Amino acid sequence: MGQPTHGHGGHEGGHGSLKSYVIGFILSIVLTIIPLVVVMNDMMSKTGTITLILIMAVLQFVVQLWFFMHLKEGENAKWNISALLFAALILILVVAGSIWIMEYNMVAH
Amino acid sequence: MAKSVAHHQADQHGHDHGHHDLESLKTLGFWIFLMTDVIIFGCLFAVYVVLRENTAGGPTAEELFKMPGVIAETFILLTSSFTSGLAVLAMHKGKLNQLIGWLAVTFVLGAAFIYLEVAEFIEMVNEGATIATSGFLSGFFTLVGTHGLHVSIGLVWMIGLILQLRKRGITNVTKRKVEVLSLYWHFLDVVWIFVLTVVYLMGVM
Repeated sequence: MGQPTHGHGGHEGGHGSLKSYVIGFILSIVLTIIPLVVVMNDMMSKTGTITLILIMAVLQFVVQLWFFMHLKEGENAKWNISALLFAALILILVVAGSIWIMEYNMVAH
Repeated sequence: MAKSVAHHQADQHGHDHGHHDLESLKTLGFWIFLMTDVIIFGCLFAVYVVLRENTAGGPTAEELFKMPGVIAETFILLTSSFTSGLAVLAMHKGKLNQLIGWLAVTFVLGAAFIYLEVAEFIEMVNEGATIATSGFLSGFFTLVGTHGLHVSIGLVWMIGLILQLRKRGITNVTKRKVEVLSLYWHFLDVVWIFVLTVVYLMGVM
């Protein structure tokens, strides 16, 4: 993220290397195969499966941010991260709030 | 932010670098757009999760979803996220042909994804599962369709960018455009992972 700020002269630093892209790609494949195998073969209880696949999805998100989007690099990194945190806050409020109200607090369901 | 940019322009860098800071500011602006897109998708996910049991006597997720196609779509999109990263890498090495090549590969993979998704939608509609059938399907088509629309827009954008790169080569401006497009593409991949998890995997388990 924010890579253009690195463009003063040497362009190699801070854009990630082929190695980091390959590691990111392998991790994202592994993090996709695990939930697929667990769900398709009914390997765990319902709660266990939901917890596992959500954790895998969040890890996948972190992998993409870290290895592909280079979130922590560049001069705008702190702005990127603060925008991301704010979006995450709204996201959690909207999603968790909606589920909480609609699933558990409706009198006339 | 504006202050620090002005400071950079006035004190530390020449004219050229002032232009450079503007490009990085535009990348930040695009990032903020992506964050608002996160909220849009968040709302659609919330709607889907709330409505997914409301099938109105129509087909359920378990009856409708065919995982082989979805798994293929997932790996195609994951690979295209990787190849768009390779495009950025080639760009920073100054290799224009490689950059255009990886963008073209990303485009083909993205187009394959859309083809599979549209085929899936058409099959569902032919089975009588339309957007108007039930609350579950309204939520499903809106969420997955919005993601597909984003990917389709990305494809058009990618063609435009390839043409511009052929014409102008790698400049500060086209560089920023490639970076922004690649961010968009990685972002769509992340959204798809959550679609796979919340819609498909939780639907068939």
